[in-house]
This record gives sequence, structure tokens and C-alpha cells, in this order.
Amino acid sequence: MKYVDEFRNPAAGKKLVARIREQVAALGRTAADPIKIMEVCGGHTHSIFKFGLEEMLPDAIELVHGPGCPVCVLPVGRVDDAVFLAEQPGVIFATYGDAIRVPGSQKSLLQAKAEGADIRTVYSPTDALALAKSNPDRDVVFFGLGFETTVPSTALTLLQAEAEGVTNFFVFSNHITIVPTIRAILDAPDLSIDGFVGPGHVTMVIGTEPYRFIADTYQKPFVVSGFEPLDVLQSIVMLLEQMQAGEARVENQYRRLVAHDGNATAQGAMAEVFELREHFEWRGLGSIEESGLRLRDRFAHLDAERRFLVPALAVEDPKACQCGDVLKGTIKPWECKVFGTACTPETPIGACMVSSEGACAAYYNYGRLSTLPVLATSGA
Amino acid sequence: MDSPERHPLFQRIEKHRRRSGRVRENVVVQAHGGGGKAMRDLIEDLVVRELGEPEIDEDQAFASISELGARGDRVAFTTDSFVVTPLEFPGGDIGRLAVNGTVNDLAVGGAEPVFLSCGLVLEEGLEIDTLRRILRSMGTAAREAGVRIVTGDTKVVPRGKADRMFINTSGIGVVPSGVKLSSRSVQPDDVLIVSGRLGDHGAAILVARGELDLDTDIPSDTAPLNDLVRTLLDAAPVHAMRDVTRGGLAAVLNEIALASEVGMVVDAQTIPVRPEVSGFCELLGLDPVHLANEGRLVAAVPSDSADAALAALRGHPMGADAVVVARCRPEPAGVVTIDTGFGGERILDMLVGEPLPRIC
Repeated sequence: MKYVDEFRNPAAGKKLVARIREQVAALGRTAADPIKIMEVCGGHTHSIFKFGLEEMLPDAIELVHGPGCPVCVLPVGRVDDAVFLAEQPGVIFATYGDAIRVPGSQKSLLQAKAEGADIRTVYSPTDALALAKSNPDRDVVFFGLGFETTVPSTALTLLQAEAEGVTNFFVFSNHITIVPTIRAILDAPDLSIDGFVGPGHVTMVIGTEPYRFIADTYQKPFVVSGFEPLDVLQSIVMLLEQMQAGEARVENQYRRLVAHDGNATAQGAMAEVFELREHFEWRGLGSIEESGLRLRDRFAHLDAERRFLVPALAVEDPKACQCGDVLKGTIKPWECKVFGTACTPETPIGACMVSSEGACAAYYNYGRLSTLPVLATSGA
Repeated sequence: MDSPERHPLFQRIEKHRRRSGRVRENVVVQAHGGGGKAMRDLIEDLVVRELGEPEIDEDQAFASISELGARGDRVAFTTDSFVVTPLEFPGGDIGRLAVNGTVNDLAVGGAEPVFLSCGLVLEEGLEIDTLRRILRSMGTAAREAGVRIVTGDTKVVPRGKADRMFINTSGIGVVPSGVKLSSRSVQPDDVLIVSGRLGDHGAAILVARGELDLDTDIPSDTAPLNDLVRTLLDAAPVHAMRDVTRGGLAAVLNEIALASEVGMVVDAQTIPVRPEVSGFCELLGLDPVHLANEGRLVAAVPSDSADAALAALRGHPMGADAVVVARCRPEPAGVVTIDTGFGGERILDMLVGEPLPRIC
């Protein structure tokens, strides 16, 4: 595939890994005292596992899989609300595919669908708007999910619905923003992250400036990265270079797509349609201030939370589930009490086990080869 | 006075009763499944004529035991139901799938397919023209595969009780003596060969549903494998063979690895995938190894016979892209891994459910 294969060249990958080994040696770090690098975005997690990057890296580098999988951080209560909306008479509930299996307190959307709810998998909010137009006698609710990567497309679709006077299209917004999330991780008392592989797609929208505080205030190197294996490896090289130089800066590895200022049109649409919620609940991380987005009053007539009497109950995360610790990087997925026993991809308890971007699902599906020896040596 | 039988009016009616049936409606109606004249019209005008099987019998077909016995020493029997949206898609339709699917189930067991049945469940309102095209396509597919559709059944259900039409086909084949294939008999020094490019059917159906707004036509790979299988079996010793259908290559390899308790390493670089399918998967976060196929097989052969097997497959029009995709090893038994081509190795498991596109 043109424009993709160039970034999957094994020879170039081996060179980067060799460079990383030199850097780690120069930094004097070892497996006992590893350099912890968090990749914030689920897309990176997916890439790391798909290409087996963890296996290639020296033991002195530990990758921590961050909270940037929008499906994984969706709290139980919001899934219950989604099921509630999907079960309203006359509603067509339109959702991205990977949200459909996330467990709620009673059931997932997949179970609700089997019980008769009209739930459709869509690939974009415009697909959902098209559903609304072709089903004028039904109410179509779109499950708005994701960070700034997907917010602009939801915003533009709402603007289109408003302009066209569509009255049967609603958005159930669970959109979230990346910066407060990273701040929450940085403020966690047990934080031990040395640097961040920053999200590529989100940054394409918001630009690199919003991350400045991470370097300035928290003194952590931050490199915005592309999603191909060479991108991720090169970003790690750049992080280690900063550490070697004793610096903490925001750098952009993903220059072929990410501009310093981001995308002004997308930012404009987001700002026009959405505003920050005071609080938003995250699975495993609790409530984070100003991290969620809701529709502005001007779009109240298109807001599913105002059109329907959504229960909006806060539901505690399942007790056995340690998704939060996994998302913060304080434990590895296989160190969770229920990993691979009660919680498997077939019977997920936490959302990290559902999405292919979730750290637990990735370890369960792809990682046994590398984690089994770890289990053996750690005596777990 | 003439006897009533000779009266011209009576003769006219009798002639009319015996004339071959013709469907006058534009769509399937409940009467077409009601057992009366409308049903006879449907069967004569569509099923018999379009399948091209004048002797098809709705009640039962008879086969000579001695004729079957001359072709092998075991009878293979299989059944499969076909539901697909849309009914027609680039490269095929539900009728062609229904023939090839059952033919392939027999073929990869080493059987030579002989007879098929055709059970139709039609939803009221299905366009007769569509049904006619699909039955004609079934007839063509059966002739291409060298099987005969010898019996069938037709039911009509009220509108909303089925998704336009469902087809069930059962098939009978004969296994020549000496042919013995089993997913349990794969050896640690076998290699696994795939007969062609993967993921075409799964991608074709997803694109043909028109929900993706993609401006591409990926044709399904639906095709009968029986001739290719015979070519392969004549050329090399084969331990196991499977058609790669739902669940894709990942599912088939895992099933074989578990059944034979061998390990397998897939070489990601050698998996044959059409560039359009590869791009399609990148776009949606899918993996071609999980997508369905309808005309591809995987065969386990001893590594020293790999070249002979590949040469035979590649000499056949259906096997031009055949390639070794995986190698067996004793340990870890029952586990399939993939060498990513990037220096890493990871587990390649079956999907839990359907392939679901990722958000971003």
C-alpha cells in the first residue's frame, strides 16, 4: 500500500531499535528501573500490539498504555443511558461498531439489540443523519463518542442537521477532551511516567500548543506521533533524545499530518456546537473536571439528553475491575485480579477488555507470548 | 351426444391444465408457497427452468448406490444455510454462494460433490425478476461445479418474517478410496498453503451494503473449489484441508492448530491480499485475516511437498496466487502466532464476535 508501506519498513525499524538500545544504555537505565513511556492514544496501543513493537524494544523500556481509547473510558452509567435511549419506542440508535459490546450494569447494546432494540452500526455521524432523513417517522440517536478526533465530525453533522431543519436527529454526547485527561494522569500521586507518546489524530485537530504545560509545568517530554510502527519507534527515539539532553519539550514527529496550530475549521465547528461540562465521569478514573463536552443551548433541540428523560445515574465501576489502575499505568493488565479469569474478551467486565484498542484486550489477544514469561518470572 | 370428455370446452380446460406453468405476478405472493397452482407455476417457471434441471423433484431424488460406489468408498453429506445482504453483489449472489458453499464444504473433505438440494425460504414481496436471476445463477454455478441440483423445497413467509430470501443447500459427495483428510492429522513439520488472496468476499459484502460510501468495487471470490482440490490431491500428500470462510484465515488456522495440537507461525508478509482490500481494512481498522472468503482453501502439507503442492495449485486458474502462509512447529501447541514482518511476533487468535470497525 502506497503511503503506508514506507512506514512499515522492517530494516528501518531495526535501525531505530538499535538506536533506542544505545540511548537506553547511555541513560544507564535497566529492566529493574525501566523508562516508562505512556502512549496516550488507543490507536498507538493497537499499532504497538499489531506490529509486536513491545517485543522488539529493550527491557529497560516499559510502555504504559494510556486512557486514550474512548470506548474503554466510557463509564457504566453512560452505557446504561445508551441502552435506555436505544430501547425507547421509535428510536433508531446509531453507534460506532466497537461500542456495541461494552457492558452496562444490566446489558450491552448488543444484548439490547438482540432483545429488539433497533441499533445500527454506522461509520460516521453523517451516516446517522442520513438514517434520520430516510426514516422521517423515527427518532435517530447518534452515540457521540471519542476525543477531539471525532468531535469535529459530530459538530459538523449537527450544524448540517440544523441548517437542513432535520427534527428527528439527536446526539447523545459522550465526547471528551484529551488535555484534562493527561493532566489528571500527571496529577495522580502514584505517577511514574517519564515521557509521553502523544496522540496524532487529536493533535491534528487541536495543534501542539495545548500540551505545552506538560513540558513546562510537569517537565515531561511529549512527542506527538503517527500511528505506523516507524512513527512510534521514531517518537521513542525523540523522547529518549530529550531525556539524554535533560530537556522536556513538546515535539511533533507526525509533521506529515499535524500542523502546529491544528485545524482551525475543525476547532471552529467544535467551539460553535460544544461546550465543556463541569464534570464528566470516566471509567476507572472517576470524575474529571472539564473533560466532557455537551451540546450548547442553541442545539438543545438536537440533544438526546434533553429530548429524552435519560436516567443519567452514576453507576460504580464493577468492584473487581481494575481498569482505572490499568489506564493510569499503575498496574499492567495481567496484574488485574480478574484478567483472563472472570474478565475475558468473551465476557468483559471492564471496557479495556472490549475494544481492540483496549490494553487488556490487546494483551489477552496478542500479548500472551510476551506476558507469559513475565507471569512465570514474577511468580503471579 | 358426445361424451363429456370429447366436448371442445372440456378439452380446452384439460389442455390449459397441462400447459407448463408461468408466473404472472411481479413479486412473490403467499400463494406461491400454498401448495396450489400458483406454487406449481413458480416451481415450473422459475425453479425447474432457471436451475436447468428438468427432472428436479420436490419430494425426493433417487441415486444409484452402485454408481456412487464406483466413484469412491465413502459418502460425504453436508448442509449449509445462506443469508446475505445484499442478495446480489459484485462477483456473485446468494444463489452462487449457496451452490459454491456446499460444494466447497464437500470438496475440502476430499469428496467429489455429486448432488445438491435447494431449499428456498422466500419473503412475500421479493421481486420475481430477482428470484429468476438468482435461480439462473444457481443453475450456472451448479453446472460450473459439475454437480446436479436434484431436489428442493419452497416456502413463502409473510412480509417482514425473512430478509427477502434464504437458501439452504445440502450436498452429497463421494470420497475416493485412499483420500483421508482431517484437521486432527496436521504434523509439526507441515506447512500451510492458502490458495489465493484473502478477504475479498468479506470486503465485497461490506462495500456492497452501501453503508460506507466507498467508491470501489471489490468482487467476491465465490467459486467452486472441487476441481482445484482434485488437482492438489493428485499432486501432493495433504494432511488437512479447510475452506476459509467466516472468521477468515485466523479462525481456520486456530481450529486446525487446536485440533492437531501443533503450533503455527504465520508470516504476515506472505499473506496474499488485494491492494483494495488492504486499503479497505486500513480504513476501517479491520484485518484481512479475519474477513470471510468463499473460494479459498487452506491445505496442510508436509514441508518437503510444499513445492509440488504450490506448483499444482498455481497451475490451476483458481490457485494462481497460492502461497505458503504459515509453518507448523511442535510448541506452543494449539497456539497460532504471527510474525509481523517488523521483527515482532504476536498471537493471532480468532475474533470473539463479528469484525467491528474501530472508532479512530
